[in-house]
Amino acid sequence: MAKYVIVGASAAGLGAVEAIREVDPTGTITVITDETCSHYSRPMISDFVSGKADMKKINCRTEEFWKENNVEALTGKKATALNFTEKTVQLESGEKVAYEKLLLATGGKPFVPKTEGSDKDGVFTFTTIGDAQRIAAKIDAINAKAAVVVGGGLIGISVTEALVKRGLKVTMVELQDKILSLLLDARGSDIMEAVVKKAGVNIATGQSVQKILGKPGNDGVVGGVLLTKGDQVPCDLVIMAIGVVPRTELVLGSAVKTNRGIVVDNLMQTNVPDVYASGDVAEAYDFIINQNRTLPLWPLAVLEGQVAGYNMAGKKTIYAGGTNMSSLKYFGIPLVSIGLANPKDDPTLEIIVKQDTEHNVYKKLVLKNNVIVGITLVNSIERAGILFYLMKNTLNVKKFKAQLLEDDFSWATLPVGLQRKMSVVQ
Amino acid sequence: MVKRIIAKQENCIGCGLCEVYCTVQHSKSKDIVKAYNSESPKPISRVTVERNKPVSFAIQCRHCEDAPCVLACLSGAMQKDEKTGQVTHNKEKCMGCWTCIMVCPYGAIKMDKEGHVVAKCDLCQGFDQPACVANCPNEALVFKEVKP
Repeated sequence: MAKYVIVGASAAGLGAVEAIREVDPTGTITVITDETCSHYSRPMISDFVSGKADMKKINCRTEEFWKENNVEALTGKKATALNFTEKTVQLESGEKVAYEKLLLATGGKPFVPKTEGSDKDGVFTFTTIGDAQRIAAKIDAINAKAAVVVGGGLIGISVTEALVKRGLKVTMVELQDKILSLLLDARGSDIMEAVVKKAGVNIATGQSVQKILGKPGNDGVVGGVLLTKGDQVPCDLVIMAIGVVPRTELVLGSAVKTNRGIVVDNLMQTNVPDVYASGDVAEAYDFIINQNRTLPLWPLAVLEGQVAGYNMAGKKTIYAGGTNMSSLKYFGIPLVSIGLANPKDDPTLEIIVKQDTEHNVYKKLVLKNNVIVGITLVNSIERAGILFYLMKNTLNVKKFKAQLLEDDFSWATLPVGLQRKMSVVQ
Repeated sequence: MVKRIIAKQENCIGCGLCEVYCTVQHSKSKDIVKAYNSESPKPISRVTVERNKPVSFAIQCRHCEDAPCVLACLSGAMQKDEKTGQVTHNKEKCMGCWTCIMVCPYGAIKMDKEGHVVAKCDLCQGFDQPACVANCPNEALVFKEVKP
């Protein structure tokens, strides 16, 4: 009977468990996670802070997920070392867990730049439900009125919205000149910036936090920040929400090859036999830039975990690849960004844009040889999936290019042959 | 094999009655006037008549075999029912992150009117035939087993 061990119980780990069980109903699966709360939706932790979701709602699988899948879940246990010769995972408690197939799905850890004062009470990161619980409890305990969020990307905007909903005055600090710079070009970012500001948020771009200041008379507690351009912002909380870096500690110095993240092939195998990696810790294939990279995104982690799981259980499956793709719901503006959002000037790329300033609508496509390689949709996203389908299947859009960003673009715009192939029509 | 709704494009006259009946079916009152005039939250149609003159046809969730929306769902709201083969959506679990909309190749998932959660075709659970199929005046929608 096969023995599967998975380190990490978030998106990639869950995808792997489900895939293994599809193929192998009887093999033993052990999941090791240092978190005590497992199978919860990490992207929902901002909804927990805002009060929109409770612990029950952020559980993204059934209550009895481990039991139903016959998984031995070692929660609250930390894997500290791997032995590829005896094929074991060493736990902090001293226990050893033997594997035949091992998946490293350790995820990412928050990137926190070295900042003076970051050890003060009131400084948080924002990656786990534990972080979210600590922030929510702190807000209540000290009746927090103001926060500084460091990072104007995906995580930054999510926690900013949650804090605004809880009535805090928020200042968002972003090192780049624009917020959401990995997802939007300047025009798209300007729309979001205006909307976020309208909700009462201060945005400080092109700078970072130089120093976290203490409260007068109590220097161990957060009282404000000093920005690099010299402004001082009083606050009760500082949230470090810049992003995550691959959590590779477990394999550093081992035989597993790492770059930024763990290097994997298109079966999600590492260079060590029977050892796989998926999710935020791995460098998986990006089909737009045609190379492997870290892409810390939940849906991709599930897909990568699924591919690893199938392969671990003996069903050979190739990872088709993902790309930088996010959908956002914050501050009432739905937003989708897939692939190239803001490419540098390149004569081989064609850009199509449509904007309706009055309604905060901005749509942009990037094409290369009449194939979509970038999709940006702000406040008009309902046809995003059709465009993504065209992109993913590298279909030539020359004949209907002019309609792609029109409001009435739909499957009726696409060729009959394609409609039939996809069973849209008989 | 799961039964799916499929459009006969040559029969579709683009009248939009499928959208009307779908809206009423998914309303609280099941009353056409109340559904359109006074209900809150406003019910929405989960079927859309796509038009590109002179062509028109209705489209709704295809209940895909390997449904991208289920895999991408951040909250666990979108599920594949292994027994029926249907893709189901749990409104209570939905966080309105729009990830399913981003990955649905059919553009068949919609936001509710308030923009809080998504809505999609549920094949009118508990009825012999989905409302859109039953009320199409020109048999432009059929409910049958089709390859996904």
